[in-house]
Amino acid sequence: MGFISLISIWIIPCFILMIMIAASIRKLPAYDLFVEGGKEGVKTAVSLLPFLVGMITAISILRSSGALDAFVQLLSPVLAFIGFPAEVLPLALIRPISGTAALGMTTEIIATYGPDSFIGLLASVMQGSTDTTLYVLTIYFGAIGIKKTRYALQVGLIADLFAILVAVFLVTMMFG
Amino acid sequence: MINWIWICMAAIGIIYAMFSGNMEAVNQAIFDSAAQAVTLAIGLISILVFWLGMMRIAEEAGILKGLAKLFRPIVTKIFPEIPKDHPALGYILSNLTANMFGLGNAATPLGIKAMEEMKKLNNHSDTASRSMITFLILNTTGLTLIPTTVIGIRMQYESASPTQIVGVTLLVTCIGTIIGLIIDRIFYYKSKWRKS
Repeated sequence: MGFISLISIWIIPCFILMIMIAASIRKLPAYDLFVEGGKEGVKTAVSLLPFLVGMITAISILRSSGALDAFVQLLSPVLAFIGFPAEVLPLALIRPISGTAALGMTTEIIATYGPDSFIGLLASVMQGSTDTTLYVLTIYFGAIGIKKTRYALQVGLIADLFAILVAVFLVTMMFG
Repeated sequence: MINWIWICMAAIGIIYAMFSGNMEAVNQAIFDSAAQAVTLAIGLISILVFWLGMMRIAEEAGILKGLAKLFRPIVTKIFPEIPKDHPALGYILSNLTANMFGLGNAATPLGIKAMEEMKKLNNHSDTASRSMITFLILNTTGLTLIPTTVIGIRMQYESASPTQIVGVTLLVTCIGTIIGLIIDRIFYYKSKWRKS
């Protein structure tokens, strides 16, 4: 487990060093490229803004009304039985359906429970480790006109379920 | 579908507040959270600019292409129905490496190209082929090296260590992808067995 913590600290600086070395070997105008690519980042963040406002507001209404906590409390005893924290269930349910909704939910959970709490860490890992199954399926099969998707959705959703269980298990082992 | 989920979250919240007596909190939350979301999106600019800037250099330096070459033997094993020198494999590899580095915007058009090539291999049928489903699973299990957006959110909420989750996330995404591929294989052999 110590090794995994080590990766968390070392991976980004080492990757940057690798990029710098590769850029100098190829004699690339690294700084110019960085600035050019960075402009994309501004665009991406700004285009996320309306999605985040919409989603975080709706989720906050649900949270502050007490409905979300009532839902969590209702399911807690059942889920505790298998060691699954009910607080992240809303995120687990929405993760395969909508990317922006999941992003909003992750943000709201981190804001409510704190980024370094067990629930906050678990939500972070769940958000980072899978993608939006339904969206990917719709985009790719829609783009090339596939009508019969066969077992694609089943496999995608079962894989998501396993990824969530693995996330709960490993986060519990490391930070629980 | 997402439109309905969105309506339900807001509507259920407001109706529940009518009975739980939390309407004041809800009213407050509407405006507070909108402002909070804007702060977050602006805050995300920092990490997205930095990461996408770095990735542009990595792309020009051929790091993504090098990785694609490294993964080629594994990917040919994962897609036994695609001939080894078919262009579909090239697009699949580019899509996977782009996804691994969090370049979602670049990955999607490459993924569609890969799907088009696989459709050609499948005689332009409107039924999903085995390779297409495998490719889809590789995308939905979200193989990512560094979850930049999550790190950005954690930074915004003043985590003592925003990158603390990187190692575990990587482990979960790898195990998740392997499990996804196994389930994909199981379903494929089940469907083949049923046919014969």
